[in-house]
Amino acid sequence: MTTPWSGAALAEAIEAFAPGSVENSQSTDVWIKPDSIANVCEGLKTRPEFKFDLLNSVTAVDYIDHFEVVYHLTSLPMNASAILKTKVGLGRSEAFVPSVVSVWRGADYQEREVWDLMGIRFEGHPNHKRIMLWEGFPGHPLRKDYVTYDQSISKSVPKADE
Amino acid sequence: MAITTQPVTVNLGPQHPSTHGVFRMRVMFDGEEIVDVEPVFGYLHRGSEKLAEERTYTQIVTLTDRIDYVSSMLNNQAYILAVEKLAGIEPSPRGVWLRMIAAELQRIASHLVATGFLLQDLGALGTPLIYAMRRRETILDLFEMLCGARITTTYLRPGGVFMDAPTEFWPALDRELVDIIDTLDELEAYLSGNEIVFSRTKGTAVLSPDLLINASITGPMLRASGVDWDLRHRNPYDYYDQIKFERILHTASDNYARYWVRVQEARESVNIIRQCVEEINQYGAGSVRPSFDDVPRLLRPPEGDAYAAIEASKGELGFYLVSDGSIAPYRMHVRAPSLINLTLLREMLIGELFGDLFVIFGSVDLNMGEVDR
Repeated sequence: MTTPWSGAALAEAIEAFAPGSVENSQSTDVWIKPDSIANVCEGLKTRPEFKFDLLNSVTAVDYIDHFEVVYHLTSLPMNASAILKTKVGLGRSEAFVPSVVSVWRGADYQEREVWDLMGIRFEGHPNHKRIMLWEGFPGHPLRKDYVTYDQSISKSVPKADE
Repeated sequence: MAITTQPVTVNLGPQHPSTHGVFRMRVMFDGEEIVDVEPVFGYLHRGSEKLAEERTYTQIVTLTDRIDYVSSMLNNQAYILAVEKLAGIEPSPRGVWLRMIAAELQRIASHLVATGFLLQDLGALGTPLIYAMRRRETILDLFEMLCGARITTTYLRPGGVFMDAPTEFWPALDRELVDIIDTLDELEAYLSGNEIVFSRTKGTAVLSPDLLINASITGPMLRASGVDWDLRHRNPYDYYDQIKFERILHTASDNYARYWVRVQEARESVNIIRQCVEEINQYGAGSVRPSFDDVPRLLRPPEGDAYAAIEASKGELGFYLVSDGSIAPYRMHVRAPSLINLTLLREMLIGELFGDLFVIFGSVDLNMGEVDR
């Protein structure tokens, strides 16, 4: 059975090698400051007490007042898992976070997908392009304030009783 | 006299019969050798994750069928496990055994498709593919008995499955398991020791285990390189902790190893199904899902998030769900193994010959519905 790291224990262990990088922790989640995410990930991968060699998934959630990038990690030798989160784009400002492709190659397509559909920039990504949609597509569809094409048309046509 | 060549860029797909759907690659060739590859995704992008935000938790099961349309039962299972984790649902035991049988049958069907198309790509036009597809058809007949649908099954529900198997399902399943072993024996007799298959697949597109793990590649591709990582064993979900099965490993990490691992895993799935049938016989008749008092039709999971992953036929298939307490998820994310397994496509292809391009591509076993979602 894969043992999940508890948030508090992981936060303490991260603080030990990267002081000042943890924002908060709760149940199994640890919130990392966006600037130090690449540094923390490098440590989690290489340090013998973690050995998080597999990056399961990178995704993002739009919480309207901010975005949250979520990393799910697994350590194959220790059979342990961890969840890292980071808050970016507070107040719907332009959201960006350092890329972790240099740590895990597996982040390559997933970070491109997050940029394409959620509009979060990954600084230092070697091929920072859209992946599902074409270049020049207006907006990022998974954002909560995205208006689809047919919604935009139906709003512009006045209803019969107006 | 040596022939001088110059690099030429060729566009393959999206409408190419060997690209397993609508995959497009811009490939640069120097003579017959591949110099550079750039995959282009998105021709089957349907926005499943956005669509899920406007549907109830039960309605989304139909969307998951269409993500990887040759292994819909496994997609259902991954999604339902995430919902159960999010809403804290205790599943009904008979329902769990039934969905494990369905999932393992689907794994066999998916591996048969992968093997059949790999051999089609090798140039064995028709015959092995038809042998594999013929067996898959009868597996789909079993799904039709279970839920009335063959491809888009929508069989699972939060807490179990939506109806019990009919009585005629059990003898049909017994016959089918014998036939599956026959088909696998037949395929292996012709192919696993075949000189042409050897010379075309052995030693092509070799990847090191460390590189595979670093690129988040999971499933048969990882096990073909000797890494013992199977979520059914390392992080058992449903009742896989009560099942004894052998983990299939190969160390060569080439195209042949990937083909071999899939065929042997299909055999092992037959063992798993036999154990599930024994267990379900011991358990006897009973409800296949919790009553509507315990699990209402309209779920409203508490605020929070959950990630659940299963060992699907192509690798780790995970669902990340965020709930805001309403009837529809606030956000759904699919961790699609088909897309992530393509991360090393460049490394696999560069330096190989044009004739091996589609063989290597087929050995990854991807499904465009899952790549683009």
